[in-house]
Formats: sequence, structure tokens, C-alpha cells
Amino acid sequence: MIFAATPEAATLLVELGAILVALALLGRLAARFGIPSIPLYLVAGLAVGEGGIVELVTAREFIESGATIGVILLLLLLGLEYTGEELTAALQNNVPSGMVDLVLNFSPGLLLGAVLGWDYRAALLLGGITYISSSGIIAKVLEDLGNTGNRETPVVLAILVTEDLVMALYLPLMAGLLIGGSALAIGIEVTVAITAVMTVLLIAIRFGDKISAVVFDRSDENLLLSLLGLALLVAGIAEHLQASAAVGAFVVGIALNGPAEHAARNVLGPLKHLFAAMFFAFFGLQINPADLPPALALAIGLALVTAATKMATGWWSAKEAGISTPGRIRAGATLVARGEFSIVIAGIAVAEGIEPELGPLAAAYVLILAVCGPLLARSADPIARQLGPRLQRTPTTR
Amino acid sequence: MTQIHETKLPGVGTLHDFECQSGDRVGVISHHGDRREIVIYDPNDPDRVSESAAMTADEARVFADLLGGTTVTERLDNLRQEIDGLAIDWLPISPHSPYAGTTIGETALRSRTGVSIVALVRGRRPLPAPGPEQALMADDTAVVVGTVEGITAAAKLLSRRPR
Repeated sequence: MIFAATPEAATLLVELGAILVALALLGRLAARFGIPSIPLYLVAGLAVGEGGIVELVTAREFIESGATIGVILLLLLLGLEYTGEELTAALQNNVPSGMVDLVLNFSPGLLLGAVLGWDYRAALLLGGITYISSSGIIAKVLEDLGNTGNRETPVVLAILVTEDLVMALYLPLMAGLLIGGSALAIGIEVTVAITAVMTVLLIAIRFGDKISAVVFDRSDENLLLSLLGLALLVAGIAEHLQASAAVGAFVVGIALNGPAEHAARNVLGPLKHLFAAMFFAFFGLQINPADLPPALALAIGLALVTAATKMATGWWSAKEAGISTPGRIRAGATLVARGEFSIVIAGIAVAEGIEPELGPLAAAYVLILAVCGPLLARSADPIARQLGPRLQRTPTTR
Repeated sequence: MTQIHETKLPGVGTLHDFECQSGDRVGVISHHGDRREIVIYDPNDPDRVSESAAMTADEARVFADLLGGTTVTERLDNLRQEIDGLAIDWLPISPHSPYAGTTIGETALRSRTGVSIVALVRGRRPLPAPGPEQALMADDTAVVVGTVEGITAAAKLLSRRPR
């Protein structure tokens, strides 16, 4: 007998099954109310962690490994969404809006960390958490609202691509800083890591076609094993070089294109749903719900400030692109949602244990903005209409 | 001639849109993969899509046919450039083509029509100077050189639907 041979194995199955059923029910609930499932997965994790309603004992280890794979799949599929050309175009065209975005949205987190007297690395991590919008949630919102073809949408997408590229440098930088040591050692570490990322990124953009042709296979089974194996290998090597596993997986996603990309999305999509859910639940699991209420006031304040700064970023960038007022409001409102990336960054902080307050604060912050972001995006058009029909006729330039 | 705007949507695909003489603004989103979406803009807020319809690649082809003739004949009209009796043209290999999945050699195009395939375009990637062993795939575009009559015959052969 392979399965359920020991009582422990039986418990593992029961715990794992129960948590997956719970996640499924929460996902349905989220869909009914038109909110993303990420915040509910976090809540589920909170409920089964230390200090939660029930504490998972046996399945915890499995979920932890699942969470590691979840990050890799999240980033791999994010990379698949982009082609090399889109990234190089982003680098050439989006510098002004990318800078505005970075300055307006990184600063609030960084400053709050500094005011609280945190370690500078914890403050930098909080800056990253408030900086990065959720590509996943926003893509879903654009699709659900039928806004993909809107003229402000390229502006929104350009900001998201730029943020994802910034992450490819930010994560190795943070990994280097977190190891610590002398300034020189950190400098060397970070330079090596970032050089490695840039080199691999260039290879991915340059030779993506060839790599994809080699990886592609008509059999879903072979394709799944080659893709997952390749992603885990590159991610693992990247992690060893302190360049962050997530970034490694992202680059693999970028390298794939053509038939391999299409097929990868089909075979890896379901796996991503499973493991990404585990990742969000695991983050919740590491946080004691009792720590949330004290962090709530700060989280609400930070959410309000950074919702405003994202609105301003979207408004400014849309205005630069010649979009009229309703479109500027939509662009701003759409960008407010924070989600998976903020949790990836917060997860690093929790794993390193550098600042005990950061985990609960980040959890509460993401819970608020992952729920309110899409709601705000949904109400952008009604808000614009409330502001008066005069706005609707603002002349536009292309 | 209508001026069509092309906008890249990173992570999504490409948007083409234009304004009709009626003042209506319409567009097509070509998603990565082969999904197409037709969008119509709100007359009161020209930045906003008010209506959209999603279709598969096959449905989009049907829709294009309904809107006006076959795209193949239009391509022939628009793109043919004659150079002293020599014509060059771009022939799409439709998924219905009997030659999708065969090699260039197997089409015997040159002996049957006198037309040579000088390049293939697959996705965004050109495959210049393909040999007879090169496979043709659905949705490739064959760049062909020959006489006007030869190319017309070749277009018919390559696009013929199976009986």
C-alpha cells in the first residue's frame, strides 16, 4: 500500500483535502462578490496557522514546499505573458511614468519603515510592498470590466511591465542586502546577482525562439515535465547566486514564446492555481491573527496614502498620454490593487525574520488593497459620471 | 484610406483601431494566443470601450468573410507588385489548406505553377530561402515569386478547401 499506510499519511491527506476544499469554497465566495481570491486565501491561511481556529500540524510542511513552487509558477506564468520585445519597448518608452510610479509609491512604505525605526532593509522591503501593483488582479479586473481595449489601458499595462522589470533588479538587490556583511561584500554579491539576471534576461530575449523550439513537445506530459523542470532548475540556480528564485522563473517565462508558450500556459495554468493558492495560504499561516488588530490602524493609513499615490500615478501617466479625465480616473483606480508581489516581498521579510511587525502589517495592507482596489476600479466610471457630463466632452488628443 | 492605429498591449497582445466615417470608433484586440476581440468605443467617452465581442480565430475569419469578400483576394489586390512580368506576393496558408503540415517539396508548386516559395513567415519570424524539405504549417505566410497567372494558380492550390 502506497497511500495511507501510516496514520500520519492519513492525517496529511485529511488536512490537505480540508484546506483545499476550504480554499475552493472561499474562491467561490470571492467570485460571487467580484473580489479577487488572494485575500481570502490569506484569511484561510490565518485561520489554520498558529493562533488560528485550528492549527495544521502535518500538512504544514507540505504546504510550505508547495508555497515555494507556487512563487515559481506565479512568476513563470507572469513571464509567459510578456515577450522580449515588449520588455525592451517598455525599457525605452516607459521611463518617465516608471519613475513617477517608483518615487510616489515606494516612498510611503520606505518612510513609514524609517519612522517606525526599523532596520533599513525592512523599510526597503515595505517600500517594495507599497510600490508594486498586482499584475494578476489588475489583468483580471481589466478583463472583467471589458476595459482591455480602453485607450488608457496601454498606460496601465506599461506601468505594470515596468514594475515587473524593476522587481527583477529589486529582488536580487534585497537578497544581497539581507545576507549582510561588509559593504564591499554586499556590493560584490549584488553586482554578481544583478549581472547574472541581466545576462540571462538578454539570453532569454535573444535566443527565446531557439530555447522554445528545443523545449516544445507535442506530448503534454513531456512538455509539463520539461517546463517545470527547467523553471525549477533555473530558479534554484538563481537562488544559489542570491538572484532570487522568483526572478529566475520570471526569466524562463520570458524566454518561452510561440507554440511552447501557448502550450505552457495550458499545461501549467492548473498547477499554478493549486500552488499559488498554497503560497497565499502559507503566508497567512505564518502570521498569528492576534498580531493583526494592532497593525490594522497603520495598515489602513498606509493603504489610504498609497491608494492616493497610485491614483496620482495613473492620473499623471494617462494625462501624459493624452487621455481625458474619465480615462485618467480609470487608470488611477485600476492601479490601486496590491497583491501577489507584495506578498512575495513580505514573504522574504517573514522568512528572514528581520522585523516581526512587518508580516502582520503587510498582511493587513494587502488584505485591504486587494479587496478595495478592484472595487475602486469598478466604481471609476460612476465616479467620473458623478463629476459631471462636462468632463466627458474634454477634447482628447492622440 | 482609413488610418489605423496600432497599439501594443504588453502581456495582452495588440490593439488596432480606427474611426469610421460615421464617427464610430471601432477596434480589434489580437490577444496572445489566437483569441480576437472586437471593440466599439463609447461616443461620449472616446477612451472607453462600450461594447465588445470575443471570438476564436476561426470565428474571426468567418466574421471577416461576412464583412466583405475573402481576405485572400484583397491581399492579392493590395500587395501584388509587378516587376517586368515578375510578381511577388504573400500567400497565407490557411488551416483548411490541404498543404498545411506537408513540406514545400510535396506541394510540387514550382512544377505545377512555375511559382517559387522564396520565404516563409511564421508568426513574426521569417524563414528565408526554405528548402523543399521545409514543412508548411497552418497560419504561415508564403512569400512567392512567379508570373501573375502562376501566383493566382498557386493561391488557389494552397488555399483550396478539402472536398
